[in-house]
Amino acid sequence: MEEKNLICINCPLGCPLTVTLEGGEVKAVAGNTCPRGEAYAKKELTNPTRIVTSTVKVKGGKLAMASVKTATDIPKGKIFDCVKAIQNIELEAPVAIGQVVLADVCGTGVDIVATKNVPAKG
Amino acid sequence: MVDIVIIGAGVSGCAIARELSRYKADVLVLEREEDVCCGTSKANSAIVHAGYDATNGSLMAKLNVAGSLLMPELSRELDFAYEQNGSLVVMMSEEDRPALNTLYANGVANGVEGLRIVERDELVEMEPNISDEAVAALYAPTGGIVCPFGLTFALAENAASNGVKFQFDSEVTNIEKIDGGWKVSTVKGDVEAKVVVNAAGLYSDKLHNMVADDNMTIVPRRGDYFLLDHTAQGHVHNTIFQLPGKYGKGVLVAPTVHGNIIVGPTAIDIENKEGTATTQAGLDDVREKCGMAVKNVPLRQTITSFAGLRAHEARHEFFIGEIKPGFVDCAAIESPGLSSAPAIGRMVAGIVKGILGLEVDLSFDPRRKGILDPKELDDEAHAALIKENPAYGTVICRCETVTEGEIIDAIRRVPGARSVDGVKRRVRAGMGRCQGGFCSPRVMEILARELGVDQSAITKSGAGSELIVGVNKDAI
Amino acid sequence: MREYELVIIGGGPAGLAAAVAAHEAGLKDILILERDNELGGILNQCIHNGFGLHTFKEELTGPEYAGRFIEQVKKLEIPYKLNTMVLDLAEDKTVTAMNREDGLFQLHPKAVVLAMGCRERPRGALNIPGYRPAGIFTAGTAQRLVNMEGYMPGRKVVILGSGDIGLIMARRMTLEGAKVQVVAELMPYSGGLKRNIVQCLDDYGIPLKLSHTVVDIEGKKRVEAITIAQVDEKNRPIPGTEERYECDTLLLSCGLIPENELSRSAGVEINPITNGPTVNESLETSIPGVFAAGNVLHVHDLVDYVSEEAGAAGRHAADYIAAGCKVEDHKALPVKCENGVRYTVPVAIRPDAAGENVTLRFRVGNVYKDKKVAVYAGDTCIFSRKRPVLAPGEMETVVLKTSLLTDHPEAEGITVTLEEA
Repeated sequence: MEEKNLICINCPLGCPLTVTLEGGEVKAVAGNTCPRGEAYAKKELTNPTRIVTSTVKVKGGKLAMASVKTATDIPKGKIFDCVKAIQNIELEAPVAIGQVVLADVCGTGVDIVATKNVPAKG
Repeated sequence: MVDIVIIGAGVSGCAIARELSRYKADVLVLEREEDVCCGTSKANSAIVHAGYDATNGSLMAKLNVAGSLLMPELSRELDFAYEQNGSLVVMMSEEDRPALNTLYANGVANGVEGLRIVERDELVEMEPNISDEAVAALYAPTGGIVCPFGLTFALAENAASNGVKFQFDSEVTNIEKIDGGWKVSTVKGDVEAKVVVNAAGLYSDKLHNMVADDNMTIVPRRGDYFLLDHTAQGHVHNTIFQLPGKYGKGVLVAPTVHGNIIVGPTAIDIENKEGTATTQAGLDDVREKCGMAVKNVPLRQTITSFAGLRAHEARHEFFIGEIKPGFVDCAAIESPGLSSAPAIGRMVAGIVKGILGLEVDLSFDPRRKGILDPKELDDEAHAALIKENPAYGTVICRCETVTEGEIIDAIRRVPGARSVDGVKRRVRAGMGRCQGGFCSPRVMEILARELGVDQSAITKSGAGSELIVGVNKDAI
Repeated sequence: MREYELVIIGGGPAGLAAAVAAHEAGLKDILILERDNELGGILNQCIHNGFGLHTFKEELTGPEYAGRFIEQVKKLEIPYKLNTMVLDLAEDKTVTAMNREDGLFQLHPKAVVLAMGCRERPRGALNIPGYRPAGIFTAGTAQRLVNMEGYMPGRKVVILGSGDIGLIMARRMTLEGAKVQVVAELMPYSGGLKRNIVQCLDDYGIPLKLSHTVVDIEGKKRVEAITIAQVDEKNRPIPGTEERYECDTLLLSCGLIPENELSRSAGVEINPITNGPTVNESLETSIPGVFAAGNVLHVHDLVDYVSEEAGAAGRHAADYIAAGCKVEDHKALPVKCENGVRYTVPVAIRPDAAGENVTLRFRVGNVYKDKKVAVYAGDTCIFSRKRPVLAPGEMETVVLKTSLLTDHPEAEGITVTLEEA
């Protein structure tokens, strides 16, 4: 039996979680306020994931940059690969929230989507 | 070969340049920094001393009183912020009465007008926040406050509009006697001039020593300051000094022409002529001393602290004169240098005129219009201004309400702003309580557009102080 | 210039929510004045996720969250003016503003909602000794440069202050290719949310040094090195604990201050603790018809609460106008804070003017464990809730049934306090 302390990052409450592990398997989670805390603990100790947010350049827009994110969380180990993958992307204005900027980033099956409306210039 | 090279575009150099622009002569000002007003002139108490302090009979005393007398008219001619708010030297113990009387007598001998001693009751009426221990004070109604940037830019712009040339980023590396004048070597090449004026502030010793028979040593004397927000306005009305005496030497507490309160300085002799870093000890010292003459100084409303260096020389006297044929020193200009600047300009120009036999230039225009501040217009004129030029309708600096129109004006002037600090010193964008947090990216954008360069080339204060180091993801 | 019944100063999250709520409450004559070139306020540069869990039950980024409200404002056809700076607000609610198109103009609304947000504490206010070179940015300025303009303000970074923007920027700068060496925090605890310490610092191996401050800044033109040192319990640097970091950038995340200039110019009473106006249960300031909400009132930890509070302010403003702008003479109970509760919003409650519920928001002044939050009407405890952890970085909210107050007509005041659990 092994105990690990985590802080749930699902929401700003930041619940302090105590996870009981046995042979690498999560046996119990305590300290969570909602079920998402338990799910987070299990995932964090087996396959930690994160949502990645960043920016890409926009051509011909009212703004020079559009913010983007991974539509859902991706494996933590792929964060930097994901940022590299969008390094040279330049979108054409207009850009709409939700628009797919890059499909299936780094083979994760997750799309990069725009999080900002950028109207065309003029 | 030009007629005159002035080395240094601080307040002295610019005052000299402006006075020389009255004559028919080619004048070139060489400045090592990227703008005028980058050394001692930019970080000081912003006080126009009445002139009671300098030793009677000294050049310092003479030029201080003369400079202070010239300031009101000059501020009208050149349109910079100046106010005769009066000054008080406060005595904290009856024991110090002889020193106060001596100061009064010295002031009278120097020719300072209107001096008188005010006793506690009147003092409290004048300054309700004066210390409970204050006994009496020397009151100088002609003491004033000035915007040191405003004064220096005004002098430089007026000089430029009357034909003086400015060359920046041009540190002088050598001065050599040649036939009929001097060869001045700079990092940007050589210039030949019939007359050279050394107005190099902290570095005036270095230039002096390049040509003189003797050796001069200028010691950087550091002064740490606090600048308080507008919310502290009215805490004091006069410039309040403390009479050196039983409780030591205090620091001044004074209003600024822009409605802030300035507190300081320390006086710490250092070695590094670029040592404008504040120290914890220095700031603590000001914090401790400011309460001696004034109660409850609201230091919690500090918006910035900074340090300036005074060009101190052991004799504590201005050193002005032709030390070699055609080489004029204007050295060791420490406090009250700012107050004396108008008189220094006249004196040095007089010396140069004598050397070259200059003729008056009848086209000289003594007037300069400052950067238009829409806040000073009435509503009707303000509305008309925005209609005519919509850039005056866009506020860039929220704290000081500075519009795009003013910033563009600052950049297009000659010599104009080329950096974020250059804009800040001219129109106060970034000078307020958020210290440029909101407006500096916008100012950078306007500078880049106006100067026709990429935003990444915009600096805080000249080469090496770039604010942006690259674009996103360029180094991953 | 056409007049409007309600003028909302600020088109960020607070102003947008206030406008939408006022409109839904039946007031149609509303104008939003925004100083930036788009609606959304600071959310436009907060491109990270974590917004909207309360309001929209999903996790959004800042621009997306703002986008939802902007969409509503546009759908409701609530007018707004961009690039418009309010220069003055007078006690009689005269608003003086200006922009390029309209020039200088005045409005005379029946009610005003203050929604100007807050700003960051700059270096000067922190009295950090040293040089003043390029490379010192508040975290928010750096955030704008990176997220909106695509410019890197530096490559090797030290961050002072562990407020949320500082933590978020530690991650942003790292992902954009910079090396964040350390985050120093003056207090013995972080001012930011715990989740941000985990996912912005721990994920990237960035050390957080509590009880540390910057004691020297080197570099005349551009930052060359930063020295930090540990501080004692009086926040004074401890000699011998200095650590020097070669770097080109110092980011500051040392607290936010409500933008209270217009509040002050109007003459509304300011709470010295929050630096925002004092308000009653209706979020009305000391000037009847002038309401305040969001970070201009007190700095919030979550934008969701800003929207909620601003929605209430918008509704109250609409009610005020609908009721003919009358000033009712209701009994007001002052709200006192004790035992570590630093402030409360509101500072007074008028049970007769309150609706069904009264919302009390507050922050604590230190980290507390195993406490309970208690509210007293006079000497009677009318509410208590256990809180395993309370921290200054997090805002606390208590919703009271107004009937709990009207049940105690003898009470002359309300007290919010912390007690042993």
